[in-house]
Amino acid sequence: MASSIRVRAIANGETTDVQTLIQHPMDSGFIKDDKGAFIPAHYIKELTFEHNGKPVFIADWGTAVSKDPYVKFAFKGGAKGDDLKVSWIDNKGESDIATFKIQ
Amino acid sequence: MTTFEEGFPVTRRLVLRGAGSVALAGLGIASLGVPTGLAAANDKYPEEAFRQKDNKEAIKLLYGLPIEPSDKIKLDAPEIAENGAVVPISVSTSLADVTSIAFVVPENPNVLAAYYKIPQGTMPNVANRLKMAKTSNVIVIVESAGKLFSATKEVKVTVGGCGG
Amino acid sequence: MRFWLTTLAILWVAHPACAADGIDPAADARAFRNFFVQKFPNVKLEDFANGPYALNEDMRRQWEEKEQFPPYEFSLEMGKELFAKPFVNGKHYADCFPDRGIGVRQDYPQFDDKSGKVVTLELALNRCREANGERAITYTGDDMAALTAYMAFTSRGKPFNIKIPDDPRALEAYENGKRYFYTRRGQLNFSCATCHVQNPGERLRAEVLAPALGILNAMPIYRSEWGSMGTTSRRFTTCNSQVRGVPLEPQSDEYRDLEYFLSYVSNGLPISGPGSRP
Repeated sequence: MASSIRVRAIANGETTDVQTLIQHPMDSGFIKDDKGAFIPAHYIKELTFEHNGKPVFIADWGTAVSKDPYVKFAFKGGAKGDDLKVSWIDNKGESDIATFKIQ
Repeated sequence: MTTFEEGFPVTRRLVLRGAGSVALAGLGIASLGVPTGLAAANDKYPEEAFRQKDNKEAIKLLYGLPIEPSDKIKLDAPEIAENGAVVPISVSTSLADVTSIAFVVPENPNVLAAYYKIPQGTMPNVANRLKMAKTSNVIVIVESAGKLFSATKEVKVTVGGCGG
Repeated sequence: MRFWLTTLAILWVAHPACAADGIDPAADARAFRNFFVQKFPNVKLEDFANGPYALNEDMRRQWEEKEQFPPYEFSLEMGKELFAKPFVNGKHYADCFPDRGIGVRQDYPQFDDKSGKVVTLELALNRCREANGERAITYTGDDMAALTAYMAFTSRGKPFNIKIPDDPRALEAYENGKRYFYTRRGQLNFSCATCHVQNPGERLRAEVLAPALGILNAMPIYRSEWGSMGTTSRRFTTCNSQVRGVPLEPQSDEYRDLEYFLSYVSNGLPISGPGSRP
């Protein structure tokens, strides 16, 4: 799979529960490599979830979010079969977008 | 180095992943493929707040409001982190009209770890995994009806998440 | 006197589980299991496959939370892709294993009659590659970890089913593994047993030690310390280094025999791999 984003979105009565795991180094800039040089900071800054064109959750992240970051949240509305669009952009300007179906 | 113009990141190279690679080397534009969610977000990414080494400064930049502790916030974090690089921390609250939730780790090199915007219709609960450099309090701040409330828990860290 | 000696000799030789030199793996396994079950009466037998998480509540909660969407997800995906990828000659890993390699992890290591040696899953994978015109991959590397992670995943829940045939070479390999396990080594002069039999649940610096029972059931493991998935080979070599001993070559005879012994004494406990560990 080319995308870095994995999502499990489940409609649960009134709310939709969303979990996401993203493949990203989230380098803080504080860690050295074997040669003693600092590995430059490389981290996702903004992560956005949209349903029906409207943002339902926005994460602003710093360097203290773990590698291969994870977040879980829930929002009202959202039915099985609906699209959930997920996008992120990092400090290097790299980005990724993917759309998932709510189960 | 990323600079911001009208909320759009402007970099010398913009690489898209998942939709094929499009390298725009040498061009100063970033209009292609920038997630629309970012353009729609009212607030800019709080760059300065994320650079702060002091709690009060970070919170001042992020909110500029006083905080009071609340027992209506349930902060879940381990007693002793298995590894400071991945500490599962979650929060839930019964406070009403929550519009944002922030996590501050005072002993981290940059104290603000994460800031979540909660639009109307989204539940005031978040679970995430954070790095902790060493034993520290974890402070969660909940913005409810324009006021700030917090809960704190100490997490012991033996193997740090910042290379220690 | 001679009558009694002869009677004893006859009875001893007639013992069903013994080879002439008194190796009794079944008795060992029973004793091994009983030792841990008595030491930790509140731990369910199958939970020993979860190592330190079976012994420490605070750690268990962190583990359970991460298991909802585990960090090893990407390695597991890569493993599935690697496993399905054909060799240059068009054949696949599936052609080298029974049941196309799905749900077979619990049968490894195995004693190979032809070579008279123990074959581990990692070794079998590289042999498969070489038999099909591909170069072997590093035992301690990411690809081997991903492949074994996928194969372990297809066997999750199945009980370890290691066989020791009635062959003196197999019994000797088992006994070598057992001897390795209990021998002290390195500057710290620790044996595997020092940590994993004498001190499970205790802390060694910042780590909570896993019990030896079920210790390989979770292999390969995504260690927080490594920030990546690592094979049994990787763990054995780093354990040796940690007691300031000289690590052996991955898949050396001693390591293969050690894996044979440790897997056998955990027969009946479920495969829990790929696992997460601190």
